[in-house]
Amino acid sequence: MLELRNVSYTYPQAKSPILHNLSFCVENEHAGIIGPNGCGKTTLLHLMVGLLKPTEGELFFQGEPVTTKLDMYNLRRQVGFLFQSSDDQLFSPTVIEDVAFGPLNLGFAPAEARAIAENTLKNLGLTGFEDRITHKLSGGEKKLVALATILAMRPKILLLDEPTNNLDPKTTSRLIEILQNLELRQVIISHDWDFLSHTTTTLYKIDHGHIHKCEEGHIHVHRHIHKAGDHPHVHNLK
Amino acid sequence: MMDEDFAQGTSLLHHIDSRIKIVVAFFLVGIIAVTDNFTVIALALAVSLVLLTVARLPVTLVAKRLVAANSFIFFLWLTLPLTYGGELVYQTSLFSISHEGIILSALITLKTNTIVLTIIALLATSTIASLGHALEGLRLPGRLCFLLLFSYRYIFVIHQEYLRLSRAAKMRCFQPATNIHTYKTVAYLFGMTLVKSYNRGARIHQAMLLRGFNGHLIPLTSHRMNRNDIVFLFMGLTASAALVFLHFT
Repeated sequence: MLELRNVSYTYPQAKSPILHNLSFCVENEHAGIIGPNGCGKTTLLHLMVGLLKPTEGELFFQGEPVTTKLDMYNLRRQVGFLFQSSDDQLFSPTVIEDVAFGPLNLGFAPAEARAIAENTLKNLGLTGFEDRITHKLSGGEKKLVALATILAMRPKILLLDEPTNNLDPKTTSRLIEILQNLELRQVIISHDWDFLSHTTTTLYKIDHGHIHKCEEGHIHVHRHIHKAGDHPHVHNLK
Repeated sequence: MMDEDFAQGTSLLHHIDSRIKIVVAFFLVGIIAVTDNFTVIALALAVSLVLLTVARLPVTLVAKRLVAANSFIFFLWLTLPLTYGGELVYQTSLFSISHEGIILSALITLKTNTIVLTIIALLATSTIASLGHALEGLRLPGRLCFLLLFSYRYIFVIHQEYLRLSRAAKMRCFQPATNIHTYKTVAYLFGMTLVKSYNRGARIHQAMLLRGFNGHLIPLTSHRMNRNDIVFLFMGLTASAALVFLHFT
């Protein structure tokens, strides 16, 4: 549905490309992407929604190359992108205005947009947040409201850039539950193996500008003892 | 910082269309600002007090705002009567107090308080967001309205970003003094805040583009003018016209 074909990207003033002759297609799956800091994960997502233009290669959406502004508009109304920082995403004074922003841009009348926004908030368990001031929400609330602003546009694909950053375990498990119940394709960047194991079916790894599908069976849930109670922890990866 | 203390309410003034309130405030404040006629200002003060009563705002909060405004006026009283010159009402070998200076100080004090009260009653009873949309409705350039709305939304974030940086500096034992090191550090802090804000602006723009933004903000709540709005506009303009008339006679 959404595909990057033989794409390379070099940042201005960088000596070597960050992504090199890379092909990636969002299949009917929940894909996880891992890789060290600075390996180009966010760059990959930005290329997929046209925030960055590939130095080489092409972007395809629904089998057609994305070339014109109209193509890009069509792509963006069907692909939602949850940024790393919710403060970059929530710019309206109140929650309801922010969630209704997308539907209004899609041409819904104010009353319809409000209904869509209220419904989206309800589905995420955020009823009563309508008139809250966006910059006064807590980090976890901001993240969920940011997700609502995107889901209100009813996208077919959802891209999430490190969604669990700075979330407490409770909000993280709430996010997991929400994502598991969403019937749309998802691409999730994360360093959180536990989170990926719950939310994704396929795992990709970015390494030296290339992307590899990880072998099946690498993502799994297992029972084990936590040495430090129920504190968050890192699993030994090898 | 900048809580919209007065914007929430159920009074008649809270329900008047923000566009109308801006227009009425524009004329009233304009007249108060240019006139030097005490009768006109006194009447305008009466009008603003009536508006304030209609808006049913908490008196203590309004008083606090007035104290803030009058703290600047206080310094005028310290200097103007002593330096303005003209007919003297009191004189010692050290200083003299002039009649004209006192009159001028009184004029400025009255004008300032009247303007502050009018603006609290008319503009502070709307949220910044609704004022932004109203200004756009009054055909002000869209960019200026964006600037108002986004400054309001992001001034907190920019301030927090600055505090984070300055905390980081403090945690590494930075102590401001009068030396090059301090100037350099403070310049870095400001510079870094600027760069970060700029980058954040770029990311917010991206987020808006991804949600179908095409250069026009569509307000969620569209206010339809009703009879109250029209009556209020008529009354506001009549009051302004009366004040203008009084000023010239």
